[in-house]
Amino acid sequence: MAVTYKLIETVTVGSGGAASIAFASIPQTYTDLLIKLSLRSTNAVTNRNVYLNPNGSSANATARILLGDGSSVSSSTSTRIIGRDIPAASATSSVFGNAEFYIPNYRSSVAKSISADTVMENNATASVSSITANLWNVTDAITTLTFVPEAGDFAQYSSASLYGISNS
Amino acid sequence: MPATYEPISTQTLGSDVATVTFSSIPATYTDLVLVMAVKKSTSDGGYLALRYNSDTATNYSATYMYGNGTSALSGRVSSEAFGRFGNASTSNFENTIVSIQNYANATTYKTSISRSNLSNVYTLSYCTLWRKAPEAINSITILADSGNLVTGSTFTLYGIKAA
Repeated sequence: MAVTYKLIETVTVGSGGAASIAFASIPQTYTDLLIKLSLRSTNAVTNRNVYLNPNGSSANATARILLGDGSSVSSSTSTRIIGRDIPAASATSSVFGNAEFYIPNYRSSVAKSISADTVMENNATASVSSITANLWNVTDAITTLTFVPEAGDFAQYSSASLYGISNS
Repeated sequence: MPATYEPISTQTLGSDVATVTFSSIPATYTDLVLVMAVKKSTSDGGYLALRYNSDTATNYSATYMYGNGTSALSGRVSSEAFGRFGNASTSNFENTIVSIQNYANATTYKTSISRSNLSNVYTLSYCTLWRKAPEAINSITILADSGNLVTGSTFTLYGIKAA
């Protein structure tokens, strides 16, 4: 029986942090891509966003965000492919946020609709749960994915796993 | 390694159609995941819905929340003849993922949770309930509020085994 949910690569950030987490040369043999991330930024605030650059591009993106922070809900837009609020340096120590990006039909010749879900629990204020509808309005197949923090670096022990999902 | 996330069936539309149906769904999995990239022909932003086992009675209800870029809202619908699970665009093939847990039992109502992108208008999440006298789900029909599901839309049903 075919394995249809296959780990392609895992990246774990080492000591000193990393400015980005990148998956290069993504095989063009799957139907969908799923990326599961555990992230923290080194920036000296409580929380920061994470951005995704397909094929190295930060352009041609739009997003609609729904966010709850424990006391209110809000909605906003972005011109980046975005996952809202991962913990940063001023958050409770050793706290990492979870994020998940799902990209169906990543090899298609139409614009790419990308779902992003994020959570950040801080045992304090500035805890966040979000869902985001992203659109990368480019018709190229996705061959690389690069995640970057809004500011600072990804902290040590941040990790990301890329899975390929096949529909047959 | 046992395969626990298996494609059951996939459909890519070669023409515009009103409905897409997955029939004869095997009862051998624990949960189902339905992944779609859908564009519809009319009514930009209108809802997508499903019917289980061709049930057209008013056995469906849903609670949803969404953000449109400026405000966050929640609402619900009840006693409908279809179960809303997402919304679709007339301009892009947008991503919607539906998770249907414990679909094969004949003792409980069936609940799903879904995530739907409408990136130029909304981001949405739905919880959808089917409360027909309990029976295993053996077919799923997908439809839109109006118009057709457009050529090139893709639908894949996956089965997940707990063991």
